[in-house]
Amino acid sequence: MSAETLIYACLSVPLVGAAFIVLAGSYPNLREAVTLCTAGFLFLCVAHLVPTVASGFRPSITLLEMLPGLSIAFTIEPLGMIFACVASFLWIVTSIYAIGYMRGHHEVNQTKFYFFFAISIAAAIGVAFAGNMLTLFIFYEVLTLCTFPLVTHHGTDETKKAGRIYLGILIGTSIGFQLFAIVWTYVLTGTLDFTEGGILAGKADGPIITILLLLFMFGVGKAALMPFHRWLPAAMVAPTPVSALLHAVAVVKAGVFTVIKVIVYLFGLETLNGSDGSLYLAIIAGATLLISAVIAFRKDNLKARLAYSTISQLSYIVLGAAMATGAGIVGASMHIVMHATAKITLFFCAGAILVASHKTEISQLDGIGRRMPITMGCFLIGCLGIIGIPPAGGALSKWYLMMGTAESDHLIFMFVWMGSSLLSAGYLLPIVLRAFYSGSKTKASVQSKGGGTGIQEAPALCLIGICTASVLTIGAFFIADDLAGFLSPIAGM
Amino acid sequence: MLMLNLPALQVVLPLIAAPICLLLRRSDWAWLWATIVTWCCLGIAICLLSKVLSTGAISYPIGDWAAPIGIEYKIDLLSAFLLVIVSSIGAVVLPYAHASVSSEIPEARIYLFYTMYLLCLCGLLGIAVTGDAFNLFVFLEISSLSSYVLISMGRYRRSLTAAYRYLIMGTVGATFYIIGVGMMYMMTGTLNMSDLANRIPAVEDTRTIQVAIAFIVVGLSLKLAIFPLHMWLPNAYTFAPSVVTVFLAATATKVAVYALLRMIFTVFGGDPLFVIGEILMILSVAAMFVGSLVAIYQTNIKRMLAYSSIAQIGYMVLGISFITTTGLAGGIIHLFNHALVKGALFMAVGGMFFRIASVRLDDMAGIGKRIPITTGCFVVAGLGLIGVPLTAGFISKWYLVSAALEKDMWLIAVLILVSSLLAVIYIWRVVEVAYFRAPPKRAAVMSEPPLSMLIPLFILTGASIYFGIDASRTIDIAMAAANFLMTGVAQ
Repeated sequence: MSAETLIYACLSVPLVGAAFIVLAGSYPNLREAVTLCTAGFLFLCVAHLVPTVASGFRPSITLLEMLPGLSIAFTIEPLGMIFACVASFLWIVTSIYAIGYMRGHHEVNQTKFYFFFAISIAAAIGVAFAGNMLTLFIFYEVLTLCTFPLVTHHGTDETKKAGRIYLGILIGTSIGFQLFAIVWTYVLTGTLDFTEGGILAGKADGPIITILLLLFMFGVGKAALMPFHRWLPAAMVAPTPVSALLHAVAVVKAGVFTVIKVIVYLFGLETLNGSDGSLYLAIIAGATLLISAVIAFRKDNLKARLAYSTISQLSYIVLGAAMATGAGIVGASMHIVMHATAKITLFFCAGAILVASHKTEISQLDGIGRRMPITMGCFLIGCLGIIGIPPAGGALSKWYLMMGTAESDHLIFMFVWMGSSLLSAGYLLPIVLRAFYSGSKTKASVQSKGGGTGIQEAPALCLIGICTASVLTIGAFFIADDLAGFLSPIAGM
Repeated sequence: MLMLNLPALQVVLPLIAAPICLLLRRSDWAWLWATIVTWCCLGIAICLLSKVLSTGAISYPIGDWAAPIGIEYKIDLLSAFLLVIVSSIGAVVLPYAHASVSSEIPEARIYLFYTMYLLCLCGLLGIAVTGDAFNLFVFLEISSLSSYVLISMGRYRRSLTAAYRYLIMGTVGATFYIIGVGMMYMMTGTLNMSDLANRIPAVEDTRTIQVAIAFIVVGLSLKLAIFPLHMWLPNAYTFAPSVVTVFLAATATKVAVYALLRMIFTVFGGDPLFVIGEILMILSVAAMFVGSLVAIYQTNIKRMLAYSSIAQIGYMVLGISFITTTGLAGGIIHLFNHALVKGALFMAVGGMFFRIASVRLDDMAGIGKRIPITTGCFVVAGLGLIGVPLTAGFISKWYLVSAALEKDMWLIAVLILVSSLLAVIYIWRVVEVAYFRAPPKRAAVMSEPPLSMLIPLFILTGASIYFGIDASRTIDIAMAAANFLMTGVAQ
């Protein structure tokens, strides 16, 4: 198959899968089989494109001309390739996990869940492959809208409120700031194609570049820069697989992916270096990074703590991109992969704890490590990934991020990286310690829900998901070098 | 022969068909007759558009009396585009009307309904076709009088007062318009629009012409319900039968916008245009915000959508008020897109009304689970109203924002985007009630409205998506029409 055909395949496979999921709605086993097959097939399609892109070829297709001069078009470059690989592979893992979770937790409306999940993945692939800013924006908005039913899956008053925040912030920022910035860019340059070296170079002077940059960055609400971060904790009312794949991988990564795309292909690193914009952006990202890490300390709810940790980690990527140096961009892009694998592990564990013992608060987790040793062991690996300790992949992306900072003019931000490691260790490791060492060591203290004692892990399918994710977290350490080589063309290295 | 007389047939066909409809009496026959006629009108409109696209504007002297003396029908790209919009809405609404009308209007009066419907269509098409300022008044009155009757056929007692109020305001508007036309005739001795355009510059600075312009603009603004002359609209839309609301919301105000465009660009042009533009810009921005803000607080969905219409008319007029090609194209494209979107929304509400006999928001609890298809269409069309990408509303917004930025009007661009966020709020109120609130306990199991209502709803909803994805063709037409109008402005 030619690369162009593969692009069509990647975009249509999840949609076709979604249709079959609805058709198979009354037969849960068949429905889940369809989900798994679709996810597997999608990953095969995406993976097939990797050698082509690695060889320096940039396959592209134009779907249709939406407005005169503006098309819905797709071009694959290394960054989008990586994002698509991450999203599609983790979809397989999440699907396995979700089957265990949704059944073990007796969730309702599972067909709706799997249907919108597939559509969301299609939208994420659309974002990854977008060849111009208009296409990216379209799929960005589609992603917001089709994850709304997932966030409000339970249909309670609480989810209704969360849904309001979710939609209000994401739609509000994207229409109020991002669309404004896009139209402005188009009026200034007459194009929206992602071009190496940027399209704004020479088309606008300093202050306008700064304003545009801030409009874009706040407009990408999915990157959760403060003060537009509230939607992410709100979205945690969703079932855990949704939080795991969408709010640790697909949705938030679509946000930071957009940030990197905009900086590299619309502004261009040189243009950005010549304006004050990058410093302002770095300050905002640095502040978000530290503040949200501090807030994470104060959250007793496990998913809420992980959510604030995500906000903090997303700012790693924005801060890295804001440095506007080659290593910074490579580090930021790598961190998309590293954070995705580590954070999905952590969310899987949180979900497993919920399914197996119905516990959601960290203070209830005393001694849970003795009852769920595999889960909490994997949790520890996830923590290492987030903090950035070898042998987890997070160590290497952080290395590049720090190198990027060292190359830039803003050395002061080195302190932010150091502080961030300490903070993330501070809010994550106590959970592990509590799970393994707190509480009485007699078996009575770890009574399970059925009154039984001893080891009681989540359903097997959940465990498979967790273990795969933690293996990936470590595995990413060993492919990091190849990853950096694959990504270096976008940063002009 | 037939092809040559298409401009006249476009108007004459529904005009003659109306009295025949009156004679048919039986409601089913009247419906069938009206359906055949409107679909023929659509065919004629499409023929005319393709003819204009291939050979340029058509001029048709009625009864072969040459232009300054006789009445001239003149069809350029803009009017042909409008003819297609009006007649296609007219045609799509009729299959929908069959079930809806028989549930809302007494059997004995249904034939009257279709008679008035045809007359109204005739008037609206006539406004688009004519190239004569007085003739435009005649068609304006035909469409207005018949729409007063249509509104008064609603099943509420308040339908009568709503129609009466519209009658008063509409008549004031039409009278203003004819006063203005009279003054222009006094000064120039002609009623033909292109003739007027040639002769007005010579007398442009006289007080009479200035007053005439004021009368005409205010008169037409009343008809198109621009803030603060919109007070007749909410009640008229709320208390009219569902079908009438769909039809009027999608066509009547659009035709009034067209008449305004025609008068200020084709007839006046030049300096007065810029003064009018400034006034219209302020009013339209006010309309965008007032309409949307009031819509947020409505408890009746039809009334909510009516206020939203006032805001959307604001967008169209805003596009016009830029007096640039992009702005005009944005206004024209929004005229088309809004016809689709608002038509679909009112159709969906009509479908809900057909089943639950209420348009109050509180009665919509859980309706998303009871009639999912209709509600789903409402949500999709609602996204179009917000202007989410891949819907028609996005295209309009894109052009309006571009037009504002091209003129360096940052504030206006921001206001356009902010006001579109207000639409999120009022659409989402309905979504939350429809999907998150449990249906009342005693609620009976219900099925979707009949297919004859669903299919037109699908057509309009589908069109609102289609023209959001593949807008090149409509944009080309709107751009060409805008370019043509702007040639009248070039100094």
